[in-house]
Formats: sequence, structure tokens, C-alpha cells
Amino acid sequence: MANTSDTILTVENMSVEFPTLSGVTTAVRDVSFTVGREKIGIIGESGSGKSTTGRAIMRLQPPQAIVKANRMQFEDIDLMAASEEEMRSIRGRRIAMILQDPKYSLNPVMTVGEQISETVILHERATPQEARSRTLAMLERVNIRDPQRVFDLYPHEVSGGMGQRIMISMMLIAQPSLIIADEPTSALDVTVRQQVLSILDDLVVERNIGLIFISHDLNLVRSFCDRVIIMYAGRVVETIAAADLDQAQHPYTRGLLNALPSLDHPKDRLEVLRRDPAWLEN
Amino acid sequence: MSMIKAHHLAVSYGHGETALKVVKDVSFEVEKGETFGLVGESGCGKSTILGALAGRNKQWTGTIEIDGETIGQKRTRAQLAKQQLVFQDPFGSIHPRHTIGRTLLEPLEIHGKDRRQERIEKVLTDVGLPLNFRYRYPHQLSGGQRQRVAIARALILEPKILLLDEPTSALDVSIQAEILNLLKDLRQREQLTYILVSHDLAVVAHLCDRVAIMQSGGFVEVATRQQLLENTVEHPYTRILMDGSRGYVSEKRNSRREALPA
Amino acid sequence: MAKSGTFSNLHEWLISEEFTSSRQARLHNIYLAWLSLLANPLAFAGFAVVLLLVIVAALAPVIAIHDPFTQDFAIALQAPSAGHWFGTDEFGRDVFSRLIYGARTTLYITILVTVIVAPIGFVIGATSGYLGGWVDVVLMRITDIFLSFPSLVLALAFSAALGPGIENAVIAIALTVWPPIARLARAETLTFRHADFVIAAELQGAGVGRILLRHIVPLCAPSIIVRLTLNMSSIILTAAGLGFLGLGAQPPMAEWGAMAASGRQYLLDAWWLTTVPGIAILTVSLAFNLLGDGLRDIMDPRNG
Ligand SMILES: Nc1ncnc2c1ncn2[C@@H]1O[C@H](COP(=O)(O)OP(=O)(O)OP(=O)(O)O)[C@@H](O)[C@H]1O
Ligand SMILES: Nc1ncnc2c1ncn2[C@@H]1O[C@H](COP(=O)(O)OP(=O)(O)OP(=O)(O)O)[C@@H](O)[C@H]1O
Ligand SMILES: [Mg+2]
Ligand SMILES: [Mg+2]
Repeated sequence: MANTSDTILTVENMSVEFPTLSGVTTAVRDVSFTVGREKIGIIGESGSGKSTTGRAIMRLQPPQAIVKANRMQFEDIDLMAASEEEMRSIRGRRIAMILQDPKYSLNPVMTVGEQISETVILHERATPQEARSRTLAMLERVNIRDPQRVFDLYPHEVSGGMGQRIMISMMLIAQPSLIIADEPTSALDVTVRQQVLSILDDLVVERNIGLIFISHDLNLVRSFCDRVIIMYAGRVVETIAAADLDQAQHPYTRGLLNALPSLDHPKDRLEVLRRDPAWLEN
Repeated sequence: MSMIKAHHLAVSYGHGETALKVVKDVSFEVEKGETFGLVGESGCGKSTILGALAGRNKQWTGTIEIDGETIGQKRTRAQLAKQQLVFQDPFGSIHPRHTIGRTLLEPLEIHGKDRRQERIEKVLTDVGLPLNFRYRYPHQLSGGQRQRVAIARALILEPKILLLDEPTSALDVSIQAEILNLLKDLRQREQLTYILVSHDLAVVAHLCDRVAIMQSGGFVEVATRQQLLENTVEHPYTRILMDGSRGYVSEKRNSRREALPA
Repeated sequence: MAKSGTFSNLHEWLISEEFTSSRQARLHNIYLAWLSLLANPLAFAGFAVVLLLVIVAALAPVIAIHDPFTQDFAIALQAPSAGHWFGTDEFGRDVFSRLIYGARTTLYITILVTVIVAPIGFVIGATSGYLGGWVDVVLMRITDIFLSFPSLVLALAFSAALGPGIENAVIAIALTVWPPIARLARAETLTFRHADFVIAAELQGAGVGRILLRHIVPLCAPSIIVRLTLNMSSIILTAAGLGFLGLGAQPPMAEWGAMAASGRQYLLDAWWLTTVPGIAILTVSLAFNLLGDGLRDIMDPRNG
């Protein structure tokens, strides 16, 4: 497992609270984990706090959110103490985030080519001409077949998979040391997903960086990640080596595994998760 | 009798020089009560086929027959009501500023239906949502609940066909299980015909009787559920898809490009 | 919180998300907007001033201590005193009373302009964005032509052509205000044009009118309302400018701009004639601006 020098991110007892009119919602409660130069998966059902965890690391949560932690250390930076200005220089450059839905992250009234070029110009201070050729190269790098055509498309004209790869190409331009990918492949078919994951896999190995991979696809996390954090109602219920996921003991993890339709063990009706209040203790 | 017949269906986008033929000559028939799957890589034209069947994409050639009726490029209201689309993204497919009741009322108003409140209550019950949800706004609902609303909106006009465009891919596994069970129940109760687009062959095998595997706008194979379960599919591309459904297959970097379809 | 039982019950009922009727759902949203207005002091100050303007205009005959039109040269140009709080003008009319009645004129102009401009701007912009193609090109070219003139110059030209008078001033101002609204409506419509819920409605047979009114209006309304509120100050200033140049409200009607203009000759002897309506114009413009800024935070769907 990751030794200290390899640790990129340490999070100790992080909680995220949202004050609302009807009381305080605790979206994340006392979560601790470390990320080394590895692929670490976060799984859990919708609303379990996966994205909130990712956003809290980036300090991207809405202003009313309250983040508490004993420690949040990213390389040489104390994320709890960093100023907003420091965070801005970290975001996108040193920690990159790929968001759940590319369609909402892309500007609907600008072509995708223009948007990538903008990133190139911002990060590499390139001229518009250079930016265009860099952009086409980036699109090719993420296996988009016809970059010239895609360059001039608007976000609603690209398929879900293309949108996601466009987001990844924007991220590749800045060379981050930690990538937080929030369900980057949920809109993709298996072949493209394979490609996208290979791109991420290569990145982690080549540049020796860390990846937090948020997903609700158990099969994927099991086969792609090194370690898995399982979240339920804002808590970490279990952290387990990905290869051992099938031997997971926690009934919640087992419930998620059983809800999956499977080619190898077809069943007529799928099992639905039965939540146990006891999971909320500890 | 076939519920859906598509013969030499071709669909394109754009006009003149920039026109792009996205679906190239596909033919298929779906029986009443059958569920037909469409799988294939991103951008191969699955949503486009659904769009052509639903009346969203009007630039198509070939023939489409729905419920014994040949469909033209322009449709009547009654023809539009015969089939309804359920979108992939439950967050973008419901109007954010309408209450659920409003969303469900809308199609009834368009089609001048009677007994509106009664129909809304029935359809909410059908999809397993409490009746007082009709006063809620979408932001107060979870993804799975929203997808139920989207299904309710599609069902309220009592269509014969549901066109399901990746209805569970934005949902987590436990909610996916609920929605898949719901779709199975509804199919049986209302004798619906489905076309299901999904990228997960396990989901397809769970719900579909037959599945067409698509690549760049055409069918490469139409496999039966049996073939999927027994792993006797013919086309190598189908096999790649089946492996993919089991998870990530790590490949050595050099062999990556060969292993994937051109 | 020292709320009585019924009030806190009402509060609970409004705040609860367990709605039992669509009326409750609507009231809930209005109540939440109200709470966030309360939480924003500047916006609330703007709101309070605007509310005051409305009350003053409605109750003008009660509040005004003198008749605003009665001339009495014996008391012309008197400085502020207990009998005439803001002094008298060159015809011996009470400035305070004229100011109060002037609120009516101001409100009349802003409301009328808004009522004319909001639907026109929305329909042109949203149609243009929704239908696209040549409709878009034609409508946006027309909009551009209007936009290419400075708005005060355009308003001047129109009201000079239409002749003096308050209705003509309203039309002239409206002609200059709609193009930015149309642009905004078009831009907003474009972002929702391809949304799945719009397509779902199309596939259920909804026509263009229904989609624009039922689907696009609720989404564009917040930003258009915000924009209009922010525009109020420029409407008031333009109206005052036209009044000042003698093209807006005609004497003896009380209008702040015209009041300031006529007081100009006596600036050194009777400072109150220009200062008082000037301050009124400034205060109300500022209030509308603050309110607009606050509304942007409250109503913009992208903020929550
Ligand atoms: N701005 C906010 N205000 C109030 N509550 C919030 C806010 N953002 C998130 N939450 C709450 O925090 C919890 C966790 O949300 P989060 O988005 O992290 O879930 P998730 O695990 O990423 O789910 P999904 O799989 O659907 O993406 C949810 O219960 C949500 O309602
Ligand atoms: N409105 C449009 N204008 C132009 N081209 C379009 C439009 N919509 C889709 N396309 C193109 O048509 C092709 C097929 O798109 P479609 O949405 O049918 O793919 P898909 O099979 O559903 O993919 P995914 O699995 O990613 O949803 C893509 O190359 C896409 O870029
Ligand atoms: Mg999330
Ligand atoms: Mg699609």
C-alpha cells in the first residue's frame, strides 16, 4: 500500500454540512482516507455523499456548505488553510475534476472546439492557431475519430460519450497530479468506456499520479481500481481491496452486489436494497 | 402482428453538403409485447433510431409502420401518442419549474383527455410514487424518483410502445434494480412493447428478448437473449461488448488499438 | 424568535416540503424567495423604497398637503418651511405635493413601459431562438438595428417625431428598451431549446405557442424580470431626461424630470426646485437597481 512519500492526499475526519431551512443536512460524516499513486474507487448509492466528498477536496461546494476536517493535506498544501487564490491555481492544474454530466459542464452556445482551445490558451499561452492544432491533437488523443468535424459541433450535437471525452481532453492539457473523476463513464458504451478508462489508466501509470474514481458501477470499480471505499449515507462503511470486493462482509455492499443484473447468473427479478438503520451507527 | 416495423430505415442530420447519414439502412420488426434491445458504441445512432420512431428526427427515408399504420414524416397527435420516449437523464428531462402534477397534466391537456386528476393518480400509483408527489418540484426528488416521473409522463397517454433511451444508466445499481423491476411489471400489466437502448449487456439480457448490435449506423448482428446467456453470439464485436459488460479489461498499451473495432 | 403560535404554524406549513396541494407548493416557493429577500439587506432596502413609492403613488391625494396644481404667485419661490416642506415653485405650487403626485407619473411610465416591453421582447427573442433559421436572422437583424443607436438618442428621435406627451414618451422609451430584452430572451431560449423536457413536450404534440408560454417563459422569466428591474432606473432617467427637454410630461402635470428642468432657471435662488426631484429620481433609480441585483441572486435558477 502507499507509503507516506507516495501519499498524495490525506483526508482525516472530514464532514460536510449543509444548513437548510429545515435543519442541518450532514452530507458527509467523519470520512477518512488517503490516496497514493493509485486508482481508488468510491462507490455507494445516489446521495451517499460521493460527489460532495470530491467537491469538498476541490473546495468547490456551494458557499453555504460547512466543511470540517482534522486534516486535509494535498502534497505540500494544507487544503483547509489554502486561500481561495491558491485554490484557483490548484484547481484544474494540480487537481483536475471530471464531472458527472459533461453536457452541463460544457457551455451550450459555444462549439466544443472553441472551449478546448480556450483551455489551451489559458494553460499554455498559445496563439489561437496553435491552440486549434493542439485542440485537434487532443481530440485525437482521446480517440475521437473525426476531430475536424467535432471541433465545430455544439455540445447538444455530440453524443454522450464524445462529450465525456471532450471533458477529458480539456483535463489532459493541464497536467494534474490528482484526478477526481465523478462518474466519468456512466454515459458511455462499453467500448468507449474501455478507451476512456485506458486513457485514465495510462495517465495514472505514466505520470505516476493519483485517481479518485467515483462510480456506482460495481463491476467497473472492481476491475479498474486498486482499492474501493464504500459509502452509505455520508459514511464510509467499508474500505476494501478491489479484488476482494466479492468477499465484502458489510450487508450494504452485499446488497449492492446482489442488485446487479448479471450475464452469468440471470434472474427474473432483481433484488432491491433493504436498508437497515443499524448501518447508520458507527 | 408486429407492433413496430422498420424497413430500410435511414436517418440523417443536416442539409446539403454538411448532411450526415447517421443510420444507414436498418430493418427490424418488433412483436407486440416484445422487448427489442439496441446496443453499440457511442454515436452509432441508437438514440437517432429512437428519435426517428418517436417523431423527433424527421429526416428519414424507408418505411416505418407502427401498430399496423404506416407513418409519414409529419404525425398526427394520435400517432405521436402511440409511442413515448423515456430519456437517459432524469435531471434534464423534467421541467425544473413545473410541479410533477403540472408535468403529468401537460400531455392530457394537449390531447384533450378527460378525467385528468384520476389519470394522474393512476399513473403515479402505477410507477410506485406516493400521490402527494404531484405537488413537488423535480429538485425535491431523487434521480430514481425522477425517472419514475419520466416513465409516468410517458405512460399517461396510454401508449403502446415505450422507447427507452438508457433509462437506468444515470441511476445507481439499487435504483436501477427498482426501475428494471418496474419496467418488467408494467410490460406485463399494460402489454407494452419496448425498445431499450443500453450499453450494459447485462441489463439488455435481463429485459430484452432480442437485441440488435450496432456499429456505425448499421446492425452487425441481431442476437436472442438465449444467445447472450449461453455466450453463443457470432460477431466478434458482440463479444467485445459482452466482455465489457463484465468490467474493465486491462490491456497492454500496444495491443489496445487492435483490440478495439476500427 | 417571538412568533405567536399561529405564525410559527404558518411558517412550518410554508417551509415544509411535504406539500398537500399545489397552492402550498407555490406559496412555499414565494415564501422561500421572501425569506431570501429578507436575508439580503441591500435588496430589501431597494424593495422597501419601491414599496414606499407604490404606497405614496396610491395614496397621493391623502399624503399631499396642498393641491399640486393650484397656482398662487403671492407665495412663489418660497424656501422650505413648516407650511411648505419642500418650498414652492415659481408658480407658487407646493413642491412636496408635486413630488408626491410625480411619483404617480414615474410609476405610470415604468409600469406601462414594462407591460409593453416584456411581452414584446420575450416573444421576439424566444421565437427567434426557438425557431431558428431565417426567422432568427430577420428578427435579430431588426433587433440589431434598434440596438445600434444610443438609447437616449433613439428615444429623443422617436418622441420628437411622435410629439410631446407622456404616452408618446412611453412609446419612445419602450422602443429603446425592448431590444436588449429580446436578446436576453433569445440567449436564454437557446440554452433550453434542446433540453430533453422541451423535446418531450414536442413529442407529445405540444405546439410552438404552448412550448414558448408553458416551458420557456418560466425559465426565462427570472432573468427577464431581473433585467427589467435593473432597467427601471434607466427608464426613469430617460423619462426624466425627456421631461427635462420638454418632450415628456407636459405642464402642469407633475413629473420629476420636468420639475427639475423648470427649476433650473432658479438654481441659485431656489435650490430646492431642482434638488428635491433630483434626489427622488436618484433614490428610486438606486432602489430599483438594488432590488434587481437582489432578485438576480434570489430568482436565477442557476443559483439553486
Ligand atoms: N447544496 C446542497 N444543499 C443541501 N444538501 C445538499 C447539497 N448538495 C448535496 N446535498 C446533499 O448531500 C447528499 C450527498 O449528495 P452527493 O451529491 O454527494 O451524492 P452522490 O453520492 O454523489 O450521489 P449520486 O450518485 O446521485 O451522484 C445528498 O443527500 C444531497 O441531498
Ligand atoms: N442534432 C444533431 N445534429 C448533428 N449531428 C447529430 C445530432 N444528433 C446526433 N448527431 C450525430 O449523430 C451520431 C449518432 O448520434 P446518437 O445520439 O444517435 O448516438 P448514440 O448511439 O445514441 O450514442 P450514445 O450512446 O453516446 O448516446 C453522432 O455522430 C452524433 O454526433
Ligand atoms: Mg454524484
Ligand atoms: Mg444516445
